[in-house]
Amino acid sequence: MNLPIYLDNNATTPMDPRVLEAMLPYFTQKFGNAASRNHHFGWLAEEGVDYAREQVAKLIGASEKEIIFTSGATESDNLAIKGVFEMYKDKGNHIITAVTEHKAVLDACKHVEKLGGKVTYLPVKEDGLVDLAALEAAMTPETILVSIMYGNNEIGVIQPVKAIADIAHKHGALFMTDATQAVGKIPVDVNRDGIDLLALSAHKMYGPKGVGALYVRRKGPRVKVTAQMDGGGHERGMRSGTLNVPGIVGLGKACEIAMNEMESEAARLSAMRDRLQRELTTLEESYVNGNQEHRLPHNANISFKYVEGEGLIMAMKDLAVSSGSACTSASLEPSYVLKSLGLSDDLAHSSIRFGLGRFTTDEEVDYAIEVTRKAVTHLRELSPLWEMFKEGIDLNSIEWAEH
Amino acid sequence: MAYSDKVIDHYTNPRNVGTLDKSSHKVGTGLVGAPECGDVMRLQIEVDDNNVITDAKFKTFGCGSAIASSSLATEWLKGKSIDDAMAIDNMDIVEELALPPVKIHCSVLAEDAIKAAINDYRVKNGLAPIELEKSHH
Repeated sequence: MNLPIYLDNNATTPMDPRVLEAMLPYFTQKFGNAASRNHHFGWLAEEGVDYAREQVAKLIGASEKEIIFTSGATESDNLAIKGVFEMYKDKGNHIITAVTEHKAVLDACKHVEKLGGKVTYLPVKEDGLVDLAALEAAMTPETILVSIMYGNNEIGVIQPVKAIADIAHKHGALFMTDATQAVGKIPVDVNRDGIDLLALSAHKMYGPKGVGALYVRRKGPRVKVTAQMDGGGHERGMRSGTLNVPGIVGLGKACEIAMNEMESEAARLSAMRDRLQRELTTLEESYVNGNQEHRLPHNANISFKYVEGEGLIMAMKDLAVSSGSACTSASLEPSYVLKSLGLSDDLAHSSIRFGLGRFTTDEEVDYAIEVTRKAVTHLRELSPLWEMFKEGIDLNSIEWAEH
Repeated sequence: MAYSDKVIDHYTNPRNVGTLDKSSHKVGTGLVGAPECGDVMRLQIEVDDNNVITDAKFKTFGCGSAIASSSLATEWLKGKSIDDAMAIDNMDIVEELALPPVKIHCSVLAEDAIKAAINDYRVKNGLAPIELEKSHH
């Protein structure tokens, strides 16, 4: 076992060597511009792109003509939300999303608001799922788009996308989903799920960074988005810019591998995740965040009360995990996702996200359990809050000096 | 963000972790910060008849820098007179631990904890608390 151990696969994943192998020829030999229509080099590159387009489409049950390559899920989210708003603003100006969305979606929505759009940010239930009745109530004749993520990046909960899509469609709105964390991990099918637009990224599924795709439905209904970048009119005019051929080939290969191995991989990962969770919640005052039934197989988010996340991460030596406390950045705000579940700030500050992946081993999980246990125990010995808790003092009865 | 060696040292081997008898009139306790903000420090001093700090203990809920700041503070407090302890400035802690700008609040909290402990001691012993300039952040 090599240290340190990478357990932050919701942030990014290492590239699968098979993906790298598929990409390599496209840097040096098949380096052509896929838009060069009149020579061999261009054709080879175009062939690689076409094949990748099929691989991506197949993974999500789409047709290859519905795949627009982008630089990643952030760009896809932006293109979908701003592009739909610009294209359909004569029909209506209202977009619905949820407070637990990724910043790429939330900030694209903020941008739409600046352009005169109206956005509803739905709260979520305690388990992180969108309340369908609240969605139904938020729909208006002006609503053109509902954008709800497939699986959450922090707590791993899977939204009831099909039911959400049905509500959107009933009211004549499009349904878009940021499926960055879900595609390649669980079966996603744009037709079964009623998805009109879908954002995905290569580097979350063992592909390269800097490449992703936006699925845009072509039939029933035919969806269009206004391009957000001007140029040569690539990707059916929706996304200009010379195609990142090696990256696209890598994304395609990553999708193909995921398609073939998803089932066994998900079973293996969820068993490991469940074990990790079971072992760590034997610690007193530890809580798993998010819905336990509808969730991605590789994510666990656990709050260890009375210890602070960043300090805990420092004690979890040789484990690369992520904290719900944003104390590592300039802001001292804890995770907005955890706060939207109704978690108090102190619990949000005390949370750790474990992200297992294709290359995670049982031995590594054992190590992680051991190290986390020790770290929590050690920090509780240092924690005045733990001492007070043990003495039966109600922490809410103390007048804290907010600072 | 990389931590300095001194932060790591104090974090890994914190000095003077523990609890003094807060009901004793010789002991001053300072509890500062808030769980919602992600850090709480409790710093305690024991003072002899000559106004010298003979013992200091801490417990901290917080990041590595917060733990290191309070650990360092207890080291500095031992053997100091109350007056000298009052003069400890948060920037001394920043310098000693090489804290980055985003962690300066940890040192401020440690300074606040020292002053709160001293004032608790003073009030217990019939002295007026020292007016503190608001160092809140």
